[in-house]
Amino acid sequence: MELLRRPIFSLLLLLSLPISFPSISLGSAVQGEDGHREEEFTEELLLKPLPDRKVLAHFHFENTAQRTQSYGRHHHLFPKAISQLVKKFAVREMELSFTQGRWNYESWGGFDPISSSNAKPPGVELWATFDVPPDQVDASWKNLTHSLSGLFCASINFLESSATYSAPEWAFQPASGNLRYGTLPREAVCTENLTPWLKLLPCRDKAGISSLMDRPSIYRGFYHSQRLRLRPAKIIADGADSGIVLEQTLTVVLQPNGFRTKSSHSSENKIPPTWAMSSLLGRKIEGRCVLAKSSNVYLQLERGLVAELNALKENQEFVGTTVLNDDLIENPAFEISVKPDWVLKEVGNLPTGSSSLMYGYSIGKSTDSGPFDLHLTWKSPMVWSCPRPPLHASRFLMGSGNERGAIAISLRSTGLNEGLYGSNKDKESCVLPVNVFQVVPWYIKVYFHTIKVFIDEQRKAVPDVIEKIRVSPSEDKVLPGVMEMVLKLPCGVKSAAMTLEFDKGFLHIDEYPPDANQGFDIPSAIITFPNVEAAMHFNQFSSSDKSPLLSRFREKNPVQSYTEVLLVPLTTPDFSMPYNVITITCTVFALYFGSLLNVLRKRASEEERLLRAKGRSSPLSRLLAKLRRKKEVEPQSSTTSSSLFSSKLVVKIILVAAIAICWQYFG
Amino acid sequence: MEEEKKGSTSGFWRWAIASVLFRLILVFFPKNLHLSSRPEVSTPLTSLRRLSEGYWLKQSSMSPYAGSMYHGSPLLLSILGPLTALRIEGQPEHLLCGLFFILADIVNAMLIRATGQCLQMAYSQRLKALDLVKLSAASGTIQSGNLAALVYLWNPFTIVACVGLSTSPVENLATILSLYGACTGLVPLAAFGWVIATHMSLYPAILIVPVILLLGYGPDAPPRKVFLQKEYKNGGQSNVQVIFSWRQLVHFVFWSIIWGTYVLVLCGISVKQYAGLQEMIRRTYGFILTVEDLSPNIGVLWYFFAEVFDFFRSFFFIVFHMNILFMILPLAIRLKHRPAFLAFVYIAITATFKSYPSVGDSALYFGLLALFANELADIKFSFFLFCGYIGVSLLSPVMHNLWIWRIILVVESVSAMLDHDRMLMKLVAARKHVDSKS
Repeated sequence: MELLRRPIFSLLLLLSLPISFPSISLGSAVQGEDGHREEEFTEELLLKPLPDRKVLAHFHFENTAQRTQSYGRHHHLFPKAISQLVKKFAVREMELSFTQGRWNYESWGGFDPISSSNAKPPGVELWATFDVPPDQVDASWKNLTHSLSGLFCASINFLESSATYSAPEWAFQPASGNLRYGTLPREAVCTENLTPWLKLLPCRDKAGISSLMDRPSIYRGFYHSQRLRLRPAKIIADGADSGIVLEQTLTVVLQPNGFRTKSSHSSENKIPPTWAMSSLLGRKIEGRCVLAKSSNVYLQLERGLVAELNALKENQEFVGTTVLNDDLIENPAFEISVKPDWVLKEVGNLPTGSSSLMYGYSIGKSTDSGPFDLHLTWKSPMVWSCPRPPLHASRFLMGSGNERGAIAISLRSTGLNEGLYGSNKDKESCVLPVNVFQVVPWYIKVYFHTIKVFIDEQRKAVPDVIEKIRVSPSEDKVLPGVMEMVLKLPCGVKSAAMTLEFDKGFLHIDEYPPDANQGFDIPSAIITFPNVEAAMHFNQFSSSDKSPLLSRFREKNPVQSYTEVLLVPLTTPDFSMPYNVITITCTVFALYFGSLLNVLRKRASEEERLLRAKGRSSPLSRLLAKLRRKKEVEPQSSTTSSSLFSSKLVVKIILVAAIAICWQYFG
Repeated sequence: MEEEKKGSTSGFWRWAIASVLFRLILVFFPKNLHLSSRPEVSTPLTSLRRLSEGYWLKQSSMSPYAGSMYHGSPLLLSILGPLTALRIEGQPEHLLCGLFFILADIVNAMLIRATGQCLQMAYSQRLKALDLVKLSAASGTIQSGNLAALVYLWNPFTIVACVGLSTSPVENLATILSLYGACTGLVPLAAFGWVIATHMSLYPAILIVPVILLLGYGPDAPPRKVFLQKEYKNGGQSNVQVIFSWRQLVHFVFWSIIWGTYVLVLCGISVKQYAGLQEMIRRTYGFILTVEDLSPNIGVLWYFFAEVFDFFRSFFFIVFHMNILFMILPLAIRLKHRPAFLAFVYIAITATFKSYPSVGDSALYFGLLALFANELADIKFSFFLFCGYIGVSLLSPVMHNLWIWRIILVVESVSAMLDHDRMLMKLVAARKHVDSKS
C-alpha cells in the first residue's frame, strides 16, 4: 500500500508541476511571506532619434532578487550564475561593459542619463566593490575576473595582474573603499560575448523585447555597448538583508540606412531619415516576455527637438492651419505609426527651458494584436542639438619618437556652463569642479612633477587650479600609474588644458604581443562634473508601473564622460635575434676577460725571453728570476726539469681527479 | 724651468676659466640642446628629471621611491631636490642645478690636479732614489696634474654630462675625493669619499682595494723589484723602504665605519617616515644589480636583458657582475705598486660594464687617464685608438640604439687597457735597460 501510494503521489506531483510553475512565474511578482516582492523582471526599450540622423536604441532589462532563506540555491528568474558569483566573492556592486566604437559626446549627447551612465570606453571596463576586509579585496577581484572571463567568453582574466587594475579612491563614481577598477581597451567585442549575456535573461532572446537583438543589425551599428550592472536593492530599509538588482543594458547607435537614398534627394538633406523598428533592428516585437512584469517601449524626443517642434508649432498656429496638442503626437514634422499608450513630460528645473517628451508603449501578449512595429516618418527638415556636457573633454598625445611624449587633456567649453551659472552674479567666486581620473600603464612613465595647467591658453600655477590631487606612481611591471585630481575651473572658462610628460618604457621581449602590433593603449580618462547632475524627471504616468528605466533616469548621477583611448607605439626590439644578442654580448665579455687575463699573465714569459736573449749566465737575471718567481726553475735546468715537470703534471692530474671525485660524491 | 712652469700654470688657469665660461654659456642657453634627454647622458640612475620627480613625490608626502622613478640616494635628493624646484623668472628651468654641477666639475678638476701633482712629486722622488734623474726630468716636462685637469674640463663627455644635467659629476666628485684623500694621506677624507661614492652608485665599492694600497704603500712607484735590483747593485741598504703601513689601514677602516654609520643614520632619518632603509636599499642597490630598467644606454646589458630568456636572467646577472669582481684580485696583485693606476683601471672596467653607464663615467676615467700621461707617453697604437674613439663617439648619437658602437668601444677600451699595461711592462724593461747600462 505504502509502496503503491508513493508513486502515485509523485506522479501527481509531476503532473502538477508544469501547471504550477507557469502560474508562479507568470505572476512573476511572487508575493513572499513578508508581503514584498521576491523576484521581478522588467524589459524596456528606449528609442531616440539623434541629431546626426542616427537612432539610439537602448535596451534595459532589470532583474531583482531579494535575499531570502533559499537565496543562492534556487531562483525563479534571477540568473543563478550571477547570484553564485555575488555570494561567493561578496560583490556589493559591480559593473561590466563590453563596448565597440566610441560614444560621440558632441552629437549623441553628454548631459543626459544615458550618456553619463551608459556611454563606456571601448573594450572591456570592469569595476567592482566588495564586502570583504580590505586585505582580501585583491584576492576577490582576481577570482571575480576569472569567473567573469569564463562566464562571458572574454579575456577579462587579464585584469587579474596588478599592473592592469587600480584602486581609485575618490575621483571615480561611486567612491567606495573596496573598489577595484580595470579596463582592457583592446578587447574585441562580438556575438560570443552577447550570447552569454542574453542567457542571463529569463526569456533569452526568444521572446519579448530581447528578440529584437538581431546580431547583424546590432553589430552593424556605430556604437555598441553591452553592460551588466549589479547593485544592492534599496527596497528594504534594514540594509543587511537587502537584495540585489541585476541591470542589463544594451546601447546601440544605428544608422537607419533603408531610407537613406530617398532622403538624400530632398531639400538640403535636412530631413532626418525615416525609420521603422523593423528596418533598424531587422525584427519586430512578436509579443512580451511572459516572465516580465512590465514590457515597455519608449520613444524619447530630446529637449532640443521638442523646442524646435514647439517653435514650428507656434508658426503653424500663427498661420492658423491646425491646433496642436501639447504632447506633439500630431505635428507637422513627423508622424508616428502607433499612437502611444501614454506620454510623459519632463519636469523639474530645466536649464534650457523646454522639456523632453517620452512616448510610452506597453507591449501586450502576442495574441492581443499583431507584432509591434514603430514607424517614424519625417515630413519636414529638422535640425536640433543634443544636451552637451559643460565641457567637452578630449585627450591626445604630444611629441614624437619612441622615447618620450606628453599626454594632454583638453576641456573645451560647450557654452552650457555659462547657461548653468548664468544666474550667478558674482562670476569671480563661481567655480566648476571637474574630477579627472586617469590610469596609465606602467610602460608609460609619467613625470607627475611636469603637470602644466593652461586656462584660456594661459599657463596657471598648479596649486591655483588643482584643488586636490592623489597620485599613485607606476611601478615597473607591478603597478599602473593612477592619477585622481579635482580641478577648480572658473565658470566662464573657454578652454582648459592639462599636460603631463612621460617617458616610454622598454619592455622585455616576452611582454610584447605575439604578433605585429600597432602599439599599446592608454585607457580612457574619466572626466566627471560632480556638481552637474544628469537626471531627468518625468511626470510619472499613473497607470504605468514604476518603470526601472525611468527611475534610473531619475537618479542623481554626476555628468561623466570618457576620453579617447590613446595609442602609443613603443620601440620594438629585434625579436628574431635573441641568440645573436646573447652571442655578441658574451663575445664582448670573453674578449675583455681573455685579453685582460692575457696581459696580466704575459709579463713573465716576455721578460723570460728578454732575459734569455740577454744571456742566461748573468747572475743578475738569475737573481731576478728567483726574486720574481721563487718556485720557478732556473732557465739552465730546463733539461733536468722534465722529471720535475712530469711530477708536477702528475700532481695536477691527481688534483683534478680528486676534484672530480669530490664533485661526483657531493654533487 | 721655473718660468716655464709659471707659464704653464697661467696657461692652465686661462684654459680652465675658458672651460668654465663655456659651460656657463651652455647652461644659460640650453633651449636647443636637449642634452638632458639623451640616453647617453641621463640614465635611470643619473637623470635629474627622475630626481625632481622623486622630490615632487617627497613633497607630496609620498616615498620618493614610490613608483620606479627615482633610484638615487636620499641625501642627494635632499641636496639637489630643492634646487630643482626653485625657478628663477626668465631663466632656464634647472639653472641652479646646472650651476651646482659646474661647481662640482670645477672641484673635480682641482682635485684631479692636486692628485696629479702629488703623484708626480712622489714619482719623481722615487725615480731620484733610483738615480734615474734623467727620466724624472723628462717626466717633469709634462705637468700631468694640469694636463689631467684640463683633459677633464675640456672633455666633451664631461661637458655634456655637466650641461646635460645628470648627477654623474657629483658621483665623480665623491670618487675623486676618495682618491685625492688616499694620495695625500688624508685618511678621513679618503674614507668619506669612498663611503659616499659607494652609497651613491655602489660600483666604487671596489675602489677600497686601490685606496687601501694607496694609503698603505703611498702613491704610485716603480715596481718594488726595481728597488731591490738597485739595492743589490749598490750592495747596501736602500734608503727607500716600501712597507705596508697597517696603521693607515686601521685608520681607514675606522673612519669608513664612522662615515658609513653616519650616512646610514642620515638616510634612515630621511626615509624613516616612508618605508625605511630596507626599501631604500632595495630601490637603489637592487635596481642597479637586477637591471630592471631596459631603456637604452651606452652599456652592454640593457639590450641583452631585453632579449634574454627569463629563466637565464639570474644566471647572467651573476656572470656579468662576477666579470667585474673577477678581475679585482689579479689586477690588484699585478698593479699593487701602482694603486692610482689600479684605481683608474677599476673605474674604467666598471664604467664599461656597469648596468647603467653614462658618458659621465667615461669622463671620469679619461680625466684619470691623463694623470699617467708621462708613464703612458709611448703607448702603442695611440693615434689609432684616439681616432677610433672619436669616430665612435661622434657616431654614437646617430645610432645610439645600435649595438655596434658600444662593442667597438668595449673592445677598444680593453685593448687600450691592454696596451697601457704592456706599456708599463715596457717602461720597467726600459728602466732595466737603463739600469743595466749604467
